[in-house]
Amino acid sequence: MYAFEIERPGTIADAVKALQSDGAQALGGGQTLIPTLKARLAAPDVLVSLSAIGEMQGVCLSDDGALCIGAATTHATVARDAAAHFAGLAHLASHIGDPAVRNRGTIGGSLANNDPAACYPAAVLGTGATIITNARQIAADDYFQGMFTTALDEGEVITEVRFPIPQKSHYMKFVQPASRFALVGVFVAKYADGVRVAVTGASEEGVFRWHEAEAALSADFSPKALDALSVDADGMIGDLHGTPDYRAHLVKVMTGRAVTAAT
Amino acid sequence: MASVAMVVNGKSITREVEGRTLLVDFLRDDLRLTGTHVGCDTSQCGACVVHVNGQSVKACAMFAIEADGAEVATIEGQANKDGSLNVIQQAFQDHHGLQCGFCTPGMVMTAAALLKENPKPTEAEVRSYLEGNICRCTGYHNIVKAIMAASGQDVTAIAAE
Repeated sequence: MYAFEIERPGTIADAVKALQSDGAQALGGGQTLIPTLKARLAAPDVLVSLSAIGEMQGVCLSDDGALCIGAATTHATVARDAAAHFAGLAHLASHIGDPAVRNRGTIGGSLANNDPAACYPAAVLGTGATIITNARQIAADDYFQGMFTTALDEGEVITEVRFPIPQKSHYMKFVQPASRFALVGVFVAKYADGVRVAVTGASEEGVFRWHEAEAALSADFSPKALDALSVDADGMIGDLHGTPDYRAHLVKVMTGRAVTAAT
Repeated sequence: MASVAMVVNGKSITREVEGRTLLVDFLRDDLRLTGTHVGCDTSQCGACVVHVNGQSVKACAMFAIEADGAEVATIEGQANKDGSLNVIQQAFQDHHGLQCGFCTPGMVMTAAALLKENPKPTEAEVRSYLEGNICRCTGYHNIVKAIMAASGQDVTAIAAE
């Protein structure tokens, strides 16, 4: 690994200040970034660790009934503390990576990286959650802008994610067995005013909403509602784990299973 | 260089480290606790699993400086006070839960974290919890059996020795 400075601020304000310096990069749980540094695919001059910032930790309910998660909260904590309020999200968090990764990896880190096969983007887009940064609030529909690309500006830090809690939801992941990432993952969320469906792992554009399935499931929240639908393989990821056609097929299958399992 | 202070296996230590020093390198090279192994160095294999504040982490995917102020437990601190093997270690020996032994420190530390969270896991729960620990010798059956036995459950029906 190249040499770099590492800072460990205790407040969001100090982290934002540290990130102003040239070549600075935020470090969440490091479960992607540290292997990336070892492979020399990134070489920041300064890493600003967010792990000591207490105000970015924890899960709570807001007055308007949304589930608020500090961006530096680990997957293991979300799995435990969100379970009573939002089972679909807790289920998703409890199946990311492996137990040791879940004890370090954070929701903010996952969203800032926006890996096209990461799990959290599906939940955030699939619920229409709000990403809160040190500077502003960003709607999920505006936040994800393609593979590894987000609406975040240079030096901007996600501080919190706010989820509207659905009536029913579930996340169904077809696991790529070596990496534990999603070969295809689908998050389905049913609200009083309709259903949202978000798909990760499948598209070359990163996480996306499957609008036809949303319309069909809003009219009839059952796997049968998907029978007449199909997903275009054009633009789907093709690699040694699965062809574009295979992934397109999986999107429909995983969506149906998520609807069946939704609670 | 920055100063880090932590409690490792019950003993307070303070050292100067570079920012880029991984926790696993700090444990092995600075503290000479070489029981924690580096297998893949890409956070796949789990040979480097230690506990930080009671939670299992891959020590190759965490900087030493991030363990500042933490309590760290490694395989060296797992034996009983009289030096005899603890329940999990003894079960690995009794059920032949290792062959070459390279993955064993990580397996034992992961098993300890599992049994603290879930004292009577099912076989499926054990296998699921071991997703981040790779063993290339045993085929896992005897590792699973050892962990089940360490939890005090009858293992006669689980995979042949």
